[in-house]
Amino acid sequence: MIADLSGLKGAIVRSRASRQCLRIRGGGTKDFYGETLQGHVLETRGLAGIIDYEPTELVITARAGTLLKDVEDVLASHHQMLGFEPPRFNGRATLGGTVAAASSGPRRAYCGAVRDFILGLRMLDGRGEDLRFGGRVMKNVAGFDVSRLMAGSLGTLGLFTEITLKTLPRPPAEATLRLELDQPRALACMNQWAARPLPLSATAWHEGLLYVRLSGADAAVRAARRALGGEWISDAGTFWDDLREHRIAPLNTAEFLWRVSVPSTAPALPLAGPSWIEWGGALRWVPGPQNIEALRSLVAGLGGHVTAYRCPQKPREGVFHSLAPGLAALHRRLKAVFDPEQIFNRGRLYPDM
Amino acid sequence: MSFRSLTSQALVRQLRDLLPADSVLWRTEDLRPYECDGLSIYRKVPLAVVLPWDEPQVVGVMKLCHDAGVPVIARGAGTGLSGGATPRADAVVLSLARLNQILHMDPLARTARVQPGVRNLAISEAAAQYQLYYAPDPSSQIACTIGGNVAENSGGVHCLKYGLTVHNVLSARIVTGTGEVLTVGSAALDSPGYDVLALLIGSEGLLGVVTEVTVRLLPRPECARVILAGFDSTAKAGNAVAAIIAAGIIPAGLELMDRAAIAAVEPFVQAGYPLDAEALLLCESDGTVDEVDEEILRVESVLSAAGATQLRVSRDATERLRFWAGRKAAFPAMGRISPDYYCMDGSIPRKCLATVLEAIRSMEHKYGLRCANVFHAGDGNLHPLILFDANRPEELARAEAFGAEILQLCVSHGGSITGEHGIGIEKIDQMCVQFGSPELQSFHSLKKAFDERGLLNPGKAVPSLHRCAELGQMHVHHGQLPYPDLPRF
Repeated sequence: MIADLSGLKGAIVRSRASRQCLRIRGGGTKDFYGETLQGHVLETRGLAGIIDYEPTELVITARAGTLLKDVEDVLASHHQMLGFEPPRFNGRATLGGTVAAASSGPRRAYCGAVRDFILGLRMLDGRGEDLRFGGRVMKNVAGFDVSRLMAGSLGTLGLFTEITLKTLPRPPAEATLRLELDQPRALACMNQWAARPLPLSATAWHEGLLYVRLSGADAAVRAARRALGGEWISDAGTFWDDLREHRIAPLNTAEFLWRVSVPSTAPALPLAGPSWIEWGGALRWVPGPQNIEALRSLVAGLGGHVTAYRCPQKPREGVFHSLAPGLAALHRRLKAVFDPEQIFNRGRLYPDM
Repeated sequence: MSFRSLTSQALVRQLRDLLPADSVLWRTEDLRPYECDGLSIYRKVPLAVVLPWDEPQVVGVMKLCHDAGVPVIARGAGTGLSGGATPRADAVVLSLARLNQILHMDPLARTARVQPGVRNLAISEAAAQYQLYYAPDPSSQIACTIGGNVAENSGGVHCLKYGLTVHNVLSARIVTGTGEVLTVGSAALDSPGYDVLALLIGSEGLLGVVTEVTVRLLPRPECARVILAGFDSTAKAGNAVAAIIAAGIIPAGLELMDRAAIAAVEPFVQAGYPLDAEALLLCESDGTVDEVDEEILRVESVLSAAGATQLRVSRDATERLRFWAGRKAAFPAMGRISPDYYCMDGSIPRKCLATVLEAIRSMEHKYGLRCANVFHAGDGNLHPLILFDANRPEELARAEAFGAEILQLCVSHGGSITGEHGIGIEKIDQMCVQFGSPELQSFHSLKKAFDERGLLNPGKAVPSLHRCAELGQMHVHHGQLPYPDLPRF
């Protein structure tokens, strides 16, 4: 496994010369995600380690192959955390893969996504050029915000080598409530409560039960518990971890799993099957085979998009929702800026780039 | 007639064919008000100013200018401090001021869909009936527009806790250099494909013209209180800032003012600031009543341990506003004690605050100019205000050199040459200090991916590689530009 920057750079330069495409791979935990994998595997796990962590600055810089778990462990030892609560995939997910897949967890709707916490990023582009964008400070508007553009690019624009993230202090208090509510009422509650100054940090609904996590100052959490009612759950940490890691049925058992991203106020989807709702209503997991075109057109009508998150076979209609023609053309030009020969993760996001 | 050339005359005629008569300004006297933005040391009368009423008219202007090869400079309220909207003689200024409607407010979804010319504060005012507000609050929020905020990725006093523009915008419609309309982002929490919205926010009008923005609204906190803390040294105040964050507290706002700023402000506003302090901190806590009480106690104990010589907590809303009034009046107050001031905008890691402030102090002697500091200490975003008199020969040049050295100091401490004001034309040369050629080359390529002909706000934000090469040699000598007329992208 290549363990240094010059080795990775060499691999890129050689691939470019031989027009051989590369498949960037960290922990390999998201091999299932996106379109069919192509190219020679380029492992990044060798490029690991925390470079700089200053708790008082709320900033951490680590090599992209560092295990997310290792980053989180170091933060936890200083009572800090990653605000976007990314899934760790049994501890094997890397920081680079997490950013590449824009992988955010239960806290996302209330605290922000991966991209919201990226302060800086170092990467090798398709020419093997070593590029640094952003920095290590909270506020920095010099140059185009390329670091954030990389979140969710699925490794199609470059190989990340170092990532700098903003961290957050752990909330002093946390509590989870469970309420019995049908889907329309749960959706209404999630939205109404988010418009009130309550310390919400996660919500989820499944099969008639709404789970609400409160995090913040002790006084605020206690006051919100009184205001919202419901039943207090004592072992909630396990519940949110299981949800974050998809260790709950049918998220881990369904052969087909559709990730439906909609405005939080979108009504209950008229679909059969036991779905999970997260992110205050903005994320809906739909299991089972679906008529993909019908589902996409329904969801597009609501202002959202559908990802074929897990499927036995990659759908002909594409894993990701197609883009409007103008935006699709812009995507191809953006790809060409960083990876003109289309070396990296070819076809992983969209077939023609 | 005051046309500069036949070509511009022909262009104005075409613009007048395209737009209503009141939407095209072309007489020199009408163009004057647009010759600069908030950075008024740079002025240029543009070829024409257009004030379209709607998106189709914006598209028409973009297409016309694209075909004619004429640069377009988008402008909101013109409050920017880095010269992002400074015109050029060969360019059309595209004012978005008339696209000023709040199109839709959805209190349940907590979003507002607005046109780019809507003022920042007007969004919060309109949302107030739902107990919601738009969080980013740049100091110019009474006047500045949301379109300009998107272009600059504006921050403000409360962005320490609530984020910058990039964290509070859900989607935007933009018109590209060729007149194509694109929708980026969505009302959902993510969108398929690349995060083009993140790239557009803060791109200083180089990648597209915003014609519509959907912003996220937040619930108004139940209550807010502010602590005023005096210190007998700036270093102690700087270290107290780091100590608050280290204690796991993220205040709603955390501002620092040094002695020079306090002395300028207090006689003007009577905010009750301690005139004998070397520095003061304003630390705001917001949330539920109980939450705020709890946080205020924690902050007080951290500040005492950090050596605060004086601590006062606002007792009611009136006192809170009075404590803040001094901070908000700081810039105008500078105008009372100095004929001119130059506002800088570097950012640094918080732990370097004391060191950097000390270094700035010693630069005052070197340049023979005073410098007051009033800034967003919580996120390490400095705003040194260099006081000078433009009527005295060479003072502006000295002020600019002073500012340039402060920015280089920020970069050498691992910071940035701009925290929230943008590069514009003001800091274009310092970009060469912060970025290397490969990164600058990427920026140029990105620009081309959106604007093949390079007509959107040319000469701003990203310097040409050639320019940096020239400047690199100059920095060794004295940081002044050898060829001010070299083309900048």
